[in-house]
Amino acid sequence: MTTQFLSGTAALTGRSLRHITRSPDTIITTTIMPIAFLLLFVYVFGGAINTGTDSYVNYLLPGILLITIATGISYTAFRLFLDTKSGIFERFQSMPIARSSVLWAHVLTSMVANLISIVVVVLVALLMGFHSGAGVLDWLAVAGILTLFTLALTWLAVIPGLTAKSPDGASAFAYPLIFLPFISSAFVPTDSMPGAVRAFAENQPVTTIVNTIRDLLTQQPVGTDIWIALAWLVGILIIAYTFAMATYRRKIS
Amino acid sequence: MRTQQAPAIHVQGLEKSYKNLEVLRGVDFDVPRGTIFALLGSNGAGKTTVVKILSTLLRADAGTVSVNGFDVATLSADVRKSISLTGQFAAVDEILTGRENLMLVARLRQIKDPGAIADDLLDRFSLTDAAARKVSTYSGGMRRRLDIAMSLIGNPPVIFLDEPTTGLDPQGRIEVWQTIKHLAEHGTTVLLTTQYLDEAEQLADRIAILHQGQIIVNGTLTELKQLLPPAQVEYVEKQPTLEDVFFAIVGDNGKHDDAGQTVTAGANE
Repeated sequence: MTTQFLSGTAALTGRSLRHITRSPDTIITTTIMPIAFLLLFVYVFGGAINTGTDSYVNYLLPGILLITIATGISYTAFRLFLDTKSGIFERFQSMPIARSSVLWAHVLTSMVANLISIVVVVLVALLMGFHSGAGVLDWLAVAGILTLFTLALTWLAVIPGLTAKSPDGASAFAYPLIFLPFISSAFVPTDSMPGAVRAFAENQPVTTIVNTIRDLLTQQPVGTDIWIALAWLVGILIIAYTFAMATYRRKIS
Repeated sequence: MRTQQAPAIHVQGLEKSYKNLEVLRGVDFDVPRGTIFALLGSNGAGKTTVVKILSTLLRADAGTVSVNGFDVATLSADVRKSISLTGQFAAVDEILTGRENLMLVARLRQIKDPGAIADDLLDRFSLTDAAARKVSTYSGGMRRRLDIAMSLIGNPPVIFLDEPTTGLDPQGRIEVWQTIKHLAEHGTTVLLTTQYLDEAEQLADRIAILHQGQIIVNGTLTELKQLLPPAQVEYVEKQPTLEDVFFAIVGDNGKHDDAGQTVTAGANE
């Protein structure tokens, strides 16, 4: 059963990775908006934003990376939606393979696609003067948090991917996730915001995740932020995974 | 428990409703091994529902259903090892090439040397020339041929074909018919659904008519014909059918590859 699951997942992941390499436009469109935000905020609005740091691109990158992932997973939902509507989904379901392989293949493909998008956005940021003195351990911690963030949001994306009635519906759920960083410490420090907005911004997950990544990259002590961020991420992951699996089971039985 | 005499497909008292809509109301039939069984019915008669239950995609509300000796409800994993499903809409990956589609199925069935399996099937189904092309460039007939080729990987003893020729041109239909006949000659049990009467007449050893959720007739073509009043002999000048005209003008019997080159069609070796 385990080898069946592994070989099935490997074969199906190979298939959906081919889909990505054959239509690299999804990577391009995933990265275009975050890069546009990066350019706009660094070169247009950034001069008027006082973050208390000397480099606005250093300040902005962590939030932009989260926006990149939130954009990327809307394609995960979209691809899963298209798959479930095509005859090949039924073929897979009627074959002697582990049924969860079909979902895991999409999840792993999402991880790879988002990794590529992240690398592209970081390269652009480097060209714009992003720099960090962070050591290997700090970078590994950043990679770990981003991986966890991608995994949690990917399982979240599985739910609309399985339940949506139209391709637009499948990808539209990502919009609130893309805009959540705007009401957080991603673009401006939260202490400039009015009371209620500030309370929301300081207590929503994006702020602690952004602060943690920013502190790791600028070699500041991360404090308790990292534990709050991890608690949010693991919590979202567990809930999203449970709901996604329950939705899948209901769909195929 | 599993004997060679046991039918390949056994369905008894099968019921299925979607909410308040009763689709199947006590369906019974058996399909002996190595035969072609046609399930005939108009649109919405419940043919696809029967196929989905047989291929473990849907659960029955009531009744006993077994495939290759395995109960579909309790031994669904064994059933899935015994079958292949070619659904109503071609179950092929449009973005992959024909060869990659075949290799994917071979890998999923954990068969050694997927490349050799793929090349062999491409050859048998006259798709070698199109092997490296994306399936999105294939014609309807080529897609169906690839679809059926994918279903043959691993030699499953039972194959379900849900409306295999719907949407095909006359040449594509004849190619698919030849493939199906060839399968049954080699001992595979085929259950096909169709709304074309001539298709059932051409292919099936037994024909069942599904109407309003029940099998109202089940028998060989000869048996079915005896249900009607005896034929009266009349002399009528036989007009050519449009199909005869079509082939007379086009000048072949489906022996054209869809790309237009003259090759030997898939299953007529």
